[in-house]
Amino acid sequence: MPSWKDNVDVIVHEGKISVPYSWTVGSTLSRFYCELRDNGKIWGNRCPSCGKVFVPPKIKCIDCYEDLHDWIALPGTGTVETYTVVRYEEPVLHPRKAPFVYAVIKMDGADTGLVHIIGGVDPEQVRVGMRVEAVFEAKREGNILDIKHFRPMK
Amino acid sequence: MEKVAIIGVGFTKYDRNSPLTFAEMVFEATSKAIADAGISKDDVDNVVSASSDFWDGRTISSMAISDASNAFGKDITTVEGDGTFAALYGMMRILSGSFGVTVVCAHHKGTESSMNGITNCAFDPLVERRLGIDAVSSAALQARRYMNKYGLSEEQFALVSVKNHGNAMRNPLSLLPMEITVDDVMNSRKIADPLKLLDCSPVTDGACTLVLAAERFAKKMTTNKKRVWLKGVGHCADAFRLGDRDLADTRALKRAAKRAYAMAGIDDPRKEIDFAEVYDAFSYMEPLWLEGLGICDDGKGCEYLERGYFDYGGKLPVNASGGRLSANPVQSAGLYAMAEATLQLRGKAGKHQVRNAETALVHGINGMCGQSHCVWILGK
Repeated sequence: MPSWKDNVDVIVHEGKISVPYSWTVGSTLSRFYCELRDNGKIWGNRCPSCGKVFVPPKIKCIDCYEDLHDWIALPGTGTVETYTVVRYEEPVLHPRKAPFVYAVIKMDGADTGLVHIIGGVDPEQVRVGMRVEAVFEAKREGNILDIKHFRPMK
Repeated sequence: MEKVAIIGVGFTKYDRNSPLTFAEMVFEATSKAIADAGISKDDVDNVVSASSDFWDGRTISSMAISDASNAFGKDITTVEGDGTFAALYGMMRILSGSFGVTVVCAHHKGTESSMNGITNCAFDPLVERRLGIDAVSSAALQARRYMNKYGLSEEQFALVSVKNHGNAMRNPLSLLPMEITVDDVMNSRKIADPLKLLDCSPVTDGACTLVLAAERFAKKMTTNKKRVWLKGVGHCADAFRLGDRDLADTRALKRAAKRAYAMAGIDDPRKEIDFAEVYDAFSYMEPLWLEGLGICDDGKGCEYLERGYFDYGGKLPVNASGGRLSANPVQSAGLYAMAEATLQLRGKAGKHQVRNAETALVHGINGMCGQSHCVWILGK
């Protein structure tokens, strides 16, 4: 039986939600970002119980649930653990035009990976195991993009 | 402990740009599920929904489906996550003794918004969100890590897409039934290496509802043919930040599966499970999660796949429905998988009915790259 619903001109309302936030960064990540902004240094923190070093620093060790009050300056170098060449454009979200590379970088002196962008190299040349170093923005504002990207070490 | 059964299932056909509002979709799924159970709307005393406020574009979106889900005059509560977790909450409510017959519903209108924008918002606004990463690009990082750890190839992952789109040919509900080849997958548009278009699930609209009841109600209200028992469940979450995990390590899923098998009394899942619906939003996920579920050893999922072990006619059919690769209504995907398993166990799955369906495994995830897992064992 034909339904009246088959003959309705269904209307679409376009919309957008835009709500401002002021997110407090908290003492742990604020210290990390202040070091990035003021000194161009990447810091991690270490679990006093298991010795694992986290970067970005964490409030608690995920395994031991201990306070991580032991801070360490890292050399800013690391190894590409995994990567992807992003081929699609998201002008509002992406900090640069495709193609570009995201990677998880296993940081020297730390036990965790840092998600960031690989730059200064043809995206097709990026490989797992590639040694990379942080490149800092000249003008830094206290966020993760104070690290401009990681580039292959010479 | 008292047993809990699924006594009714209902769902909308998978769609893109559905002309229905999400509340209309929930009404369709829920009224079908209540009719399927053969009970009255007044037999239900509470509702658990699964939805996401960001996807719905409004806060406390569950309130917007209270009428549609038959919650007026009753109680409604919500899980922000996959439907498998809502079913867990529904079962817990029944077992607490505080609630009787429970409607568990999930809805998702993926085509009304921007998947990349919404899944970017799942990341920490203080760190990774600013990098612009989203569900697809993070999955690509996981896929590469999995390849690299075990020496796997993109062609092996493509086999999952070939199998599941092929399975969808037997399922009239499915959105993307396709006869394709490994070459078709390999030659499809590059999205985020190593993922191509045909490695990724389609943005989908769909609502699904289950009616759950404790044994004493289930036996009174329904026939043997309708009831499917929730035999075991396990769930476990991993670290939030991607870099705090090895993305190819399925430690959280292993724990979830162990708990589900223990509760269901399953000693050897490789022998005792007849078919599985495993979360395959991206092709590489299916073998990775099958390893975590203990169906094969770590790094061996693709070998089994190549041997046809997980084919529709194979030893253990996986995603006989066509899986999430053929239709992925994100929030409701897991509930659809439970409804699919219910129909299979009833012997009512139609053209894609699997043989000897006695014990089913259903797997759902929540969070990026499978941060959290929910594993169900369903049986007759």
